[in-house]
Amino acid sequence: MDLSDSVLDHLRVVAALPDLTGTRYELEGEIGRGGMGVVYRARDRQLGRRVALKVLDSALAGEAPLIARLEHPAIVPIYEAGTLPDGRAYYAMKLVAGTRLDWYVAKSLSLAERLRVVRRVGEALALAHSRGAIHRDLKPQNVMVGEFGEVYVMDWGVEAVAGTPAFRAPEPSLDERSDIYALGALLEFVLPAPPPPALGAIARKAMNADRSLRYPDVTAWLADIERFQEGLAVEAWREPPLHKVRRFWSRNALLLWLLTAYAAVKFLLFFWGRR
Amino acid sequence: MNKILVGLLAGLILGAIDGATAWFYPETRPVIGGILVGSSFKGMLVGLASGWFARKVQSTKWGIVVGAALGLLFAFGVAAMDAAKGRQHYLEIMLPGFITGAIIGFSTQRASTPRSAS
Repeated sequence: MDLSDSVLDHLRVVAALPDLTGTRYELEGEIGRGGMGVVYRARDRQLGRRVALKVLDSALAGEAPLIARLEHPAIVPIYEAGTLPDGRAYYAMKLVAGTRLDWYVAKSLSLAERLRVVRRVGEALALAHSRGAIHRDLKPQNVMVGEFGEVYVMDWGVEAVAGTPAFRAPEPSLDERSDIYALGALLEFVLPAPPPPALGAIARKAMNADRSLRYPDVTAWLADIERFQEGLAVEAWREPPLHKVRRFWSRNALLLWLLTAYAAVKFLLFFWGRR
Repeated sequence: MNKILVGLLAGLILGAIDGATAWFYPETRPVIGGILVGSSFKGMLVGLASGWFARKVQSTKWGIVVGAALGLLFAFGVAAMDAAKGRQHYLEIMLPGFITGAIIGFSTQRASTPRSAS
């Protein structure tokens, strides 16, 4: 009985595998499943390299033409798209060896590294929006950090995907500002607790329930992050006067120490000369 | 702003301020005008050299080191000229000169580099 069960299970698994006859790929294993299809690890026999092969549930190539238009270091490049003998669409893309963002930020990372990753995601989104594409389902599970620190945004723009609750904007129809909402949620996710108040404010502004009160575009969001990193006041936060003084001091600490040293030397020399 | 211009301006202002502090020493008040001019000129020379260095090397640390060294060198020259007249003020001239040089070097490194048209 056990044997027949295992045989049946095996047959179910084999039957579910895509038939790659007529393609240059050879299946190696499953990587993951999404709402629109399954991603497999496959071997490109012609070029002798491993690829990620996304087999869609429908005959529509879906996001493939969209992603192919987005040439950016943080967007996984598409190598080829086609149709399987059973009519399902597939596309081959670069197989990213790395860590998912949610696992990556679980390590003890510096704030600068956390910001580098989200800025990279923001840069990819900015390019996509400039080409009229939106992501629709940005979340830590869709961001990979490669072994050399490269960042990849995956699973682009599937119309049918409704987004992941914690990262999905409240509005019913998604647009660029919905991606900005998700970007804010992503920033909030990667920040250490408690986050620096200015960065917390940037995340909150991006996640405003009223989309007209969010950043107008990703470039504005990126500019605010950059202002924070340069020690400048951010647009999203009206900082208290004491914080302003502290920020001014930390931004100009070296110069202020030099001026203090100059004043102290002058003062001491004056009294030393009066002895 | 141009790094050399920043160096010249910072050197002029800091040199003038440094020279003006001579007013607190009654014995130097009769020659305060000459001290102001000389100190401002010295500051501008340090600023010019620091600005030139900042264009070649982008490093706040090395900018401060080179600025301070130049400030010390020029201040030594001024102090040596003063010593030739029989007044030994090496410490009073060289120590502030060292720090103003460091500030000038820092300022030139902080000045933005103009983007070249490509």
